[in-house]
Amino acid sequence: MATYALYGVAALLALAPIAVALAASARASNVIYVASLLVTLALGVIGLMSLFERTVSIATLPLGLPWLGAHFRIDALAAFFVIIVNLGGAAASLFAIGYGSHEESPQRVLPFYPTYLAAMNLVVLADDAFSFLVSWEFMSLSSWALVVAHHRERENLRAGYVYLLMASLGTLALLLAFGLLAGSDGNYAFDAMRASHPAPALAATVLVLALVGAGSKAGIVPLHAWLPLAHPAAPSHVSALMSGVMTKVAVYGFVRIAFDLLGEPAWWWSMLVLAVGGITAVMGVLYALMQHDLKRLLAYHTVENIGIIYIGLGLALAFKAYGMPVAAALALTAGLFHVFNHSVFKSLLFFGAGAVLNATGERDMEHLGGLIHRMPQTAFVFLVGCVAISALPPLNGFVSEWLTFQAILLSPQLPSWGLTFLVPAVGALLALSAALAAACFVKAFGVTFLGRPRTPAAANARETDSNSLAAMYFLAALCLVAGILPGIFIDALAPVTNALVGKSMPHQTGLDWLTVVPIAESRSSYNGLLVFIFVTLSGSIAAFAIHRLASDKLRRGPAWDCGYPELSPATQYTASSFAQPIRRVYGTTVFRAREIGEMPPPGATTPARLTVEIHDLIWDAAYAPIAAFIGYAAERLNVLQFLTIRRYLTLVFSALVLLLLVLAIWP
Amino acid sequence: MAVIRDFAFQGAQMLLVLLLSPLLTGFVRKVKARLLRRQGPPLLQPYRDLVRLMRKEVVLAESASWLFRVIPYIIFAGTWVAASLVPTFRSGLLFSWSADLIALIALLGSARFFLALAGLDVGTSFGGIGSSREVMIASLAEPAMLMIVFTLALIAGSTQLSTMAAYMVSGEVGLRVSLGLALLALVMVAIAENARIPIDNPATHLELTMVHEAMVLEYSGRHLALIDLASQLKLLLYISVIGCLFTPWGIAPPNGGAAEIAVGVATYMAKLAVGGVLLAIFETSIAKMRVFRVPAFLGAALMLGLLGTLLLFVSRSL
Repeated sequence: MATYALYGVAALLALAPIAVALAASARASNVIYVASLLVTLALGVIGLMSLFERTVSIATLPLGLPWLGAHFRIDALAAFFVIIVNLGGAAASLFAIGYGSHEESPQRVLPFYPTYLAAMNLVVLADDAFSFLVSWEFMSLSSWALVVAHHRERENLRAGYVYLLMASLGTLALLLAFGLLAGSDGNYAFDAMRASHPAPALAATVLVLALVGAGSKAGIVPLHAWLPLAHPAAPSHVSALMSGVMTKVAVYGFVRIAFDLLGEPAWWWSMLVLAVGGITAVMGVLYALMQHDLKRLLAYHTVENIGIIYIGLGLALAFKAYGMPVAAALALTAGLFHVFNHSVFKSLLFFGAGAVLNATGERDMEHLGGLIHRMPQTAFVFLVGCVAISALPPLNGFVSEWLTFQAILLSPQLPSWGLTFLVPAVGALLALSAALAAACFVKAFGVTFLGRPRTPAAANARETDSNSLAAMYFLAALCLVAGILPGIFIDALAPVTNALVGKSMPHQTGLDWLTVVPIAESRSSYNGLLVFIFVTLSGSIAAFAIHRLASDKLRRGPAWDCGYPELSPATQYTASSFAQPIRRVYGTTVFRAREIGEMPPPGATTPARLTVEIHDLIWDAAYAPIAAFIGYAAERLNVLQFLTIRRYLTLVFSALVLLLLVLAIWP
Repeated sequence: MAVIRDFAFQGAQMLLVLLLSPLLTGFVRKVKARLLRRQGPPLLQPYRDLVRLMRKEVVLAESASWLFRVIPYIIFAGTWVAASLVPTFRSGLLFSWSADLIALIALLGSARFFLALAGLDVGTSFGGIGSSREVMIASLAEPAMLMIVFTLALIAGSTQLSTMAAYMVSGEVGLRVSLGLALLALVMVAIAENARIPIDNPATHLELTMVHEAMVLEYSGRHLALIDLASQLKLLLYISVIGCLFTPWGIAPPNGGAAEIAVGVATYMAKLAVGGVLLAIFETSIAKMRVFRVPAFLGAALMLGLLGTLLLFVSRSL
């Protein structure tokens, strides 16, 4: 299997030179995207087969470090993530067959797109630290090239710059983590790392480094700063891949190190991961609520969902550390199921945002509105995505959050005081983030698609093409299926949890009516299928009865609005005004938000003004000082550029003397 | 045979909550009016209002979309399904396992999500004000409710409403601090969720004070009837949840005979009546809050719920 997967990766890599060669042709984008679609589909099938056959297959290539070679392997965990990567890749390719034809400079996107897909696959397949890191960097660089594809916009250049810096930081942390794991023998194969049992202090350092390294790519707070800049800057199908898939590859990196390579966890690791997860979830959604750029809002929601995933992983670590494999399996299943769900609905939402961007040329919600009339199908699938990401039944986002809640309810059995206080707080943070996410997506959907159009661009939008719609309908259907038949997906995760925590959740698909029962039916159960059927049935019965027995007459008239004639669409609630109550409740502390109203005196003709100040405290506290310091240091060192030759010679000579001195003193 | 009987009881429950909920609302209005020494509308007035609205034609705003017309049915169906899964007069409902208490809350959350969207659909400023305030209130009320569920679930060892009710009635519980905190928080959340005074005024006619009423301002005819019925169902649901968790006495066991069921129905009616009277007294004795005082009110509910959960994490016997 691993060999076939590598063939697939090679095929993707081969598409890059073809894209360069075809660059002049008008059909290049079609050729590349159709080919990418086919290859990713094949790779997805390989992933599915390896997951269900429950076999581990390895392949070695004579590349990489001379004494090591490049090892690749598909086990259950890798197979699951191969499916995630290629499902997202296939959907994005299908979407791009239509979407990509609008690209103004396709030669800047096409060669990097298949490369990026190949790199993500390679990260998941890698079975030694060297190939992992090379693939990781490859992934970062190819996605960076896609972020700066539209390089004429200054904002995108800045996004690319920040992204590159943060990616190097992340890789540095991972490099150190693997270096420590490999030990002094330099044994970089994952097998050797698994066999060695690092000392507790060493293992803890590795965990923190992995959290920083993989976490910076996944977007955990406070390492998230690049994410909302870079993800929206790329073309929309690439944004979908970055948000929906690449963050999951980062989660894979963390899971691989924390659950597989490091062996038995210490109990306090979970506290770190849980705290990071809880804070990330709430901060992500609060940031998202303050946005009015549709794609940036979605990017911040990725931060939130990564937090939810890390909460699941943290709980799993806690249960694993205390030898409670059944509970650990539940928590890990919840986290990984959310990985799947998020990759599906986040891709869907970014596709929707891309379709809106194509139709109107706008990403700013304040300039949109009323698109449901002009783009009914896009509106429908986007709504499905919104309901799913808001964790509302009967769609899939709810199931994974419900499982996380069930895992939290098992945690009083943990014999640790720290966790005793932390877990309920994290539960509250999770509940808060779920409720705020719903608020945020009421805003996103309501302001973009509902109401009346705010600009001519929105009023004259056209429905997107059929390929893009097909990709979105496919993902929307997956949201529904995973929501009403979650048992199938939970069972599919069994080999993964078996491999990582030694147990799996009870078998689900054999149960009556396909109910999900995490522990025992007397404890808790949920049946998305029945809930869906009940709601649909009672809604239809009500509609039928009322239309039949009471009245089905309908008349159109001007909006009532308490008798005020509505003149301009500008009187509607905007994204900022919609978020105002929430900004006032949460933002005053979290963002030090302030509203300054300037009311001119009676009789004056100057307009009244309302200014809103929001501070990104994390940026101000953590990033701005570092940037300022680097700028300051560069400014000072700039003097070195304009010295006379005598001074340069003196500098060289003193450096030489200094080094000789060091050598002389060195023992 | 047992399955048919269970089906019958599930169906009876669905009809019962549907038929009783307007009566409960009418009852609360009547008691409130009597407390103010007014005559008040007749008890059956809500039914008449519903029938009248159903028969009228719908006047739809020109800018309303297809979603606006579908949403009343979604809200009604979601709330009705949620209400019919709460044990009322008999525990062990046929389908009670299909959604536990967390799922039930989330189902109501779905209904609210769509209602807030409806507020934005026509593109008027009042709809927007209603939606944005509603989601602000919900962003605190929902986590508070989940913390309450956590507290109760940790005591009962289950999130299943039937199991929880059965555990509460079994006498193993006794008086607990955490239960008291949960009850207090639950009452606060229920008041907020049902748009009652002091959070919102169900009888308001002043636009700037409206939350729920502002969102449904553009609805008319059968659509408005469905939304009204859904909010009446929601009130019934919350009183039933409080009733079956904190006063679980009298609920007929799954294998109960006719006598036990009669007792169950009678006690259920009594619980609703007591709940309605208490709500009316509370509402008449308090003034409505400013909108930005609401977060403090609901924040207190959230903290109470969290405190209850924390106590149980520290010691299972608190």
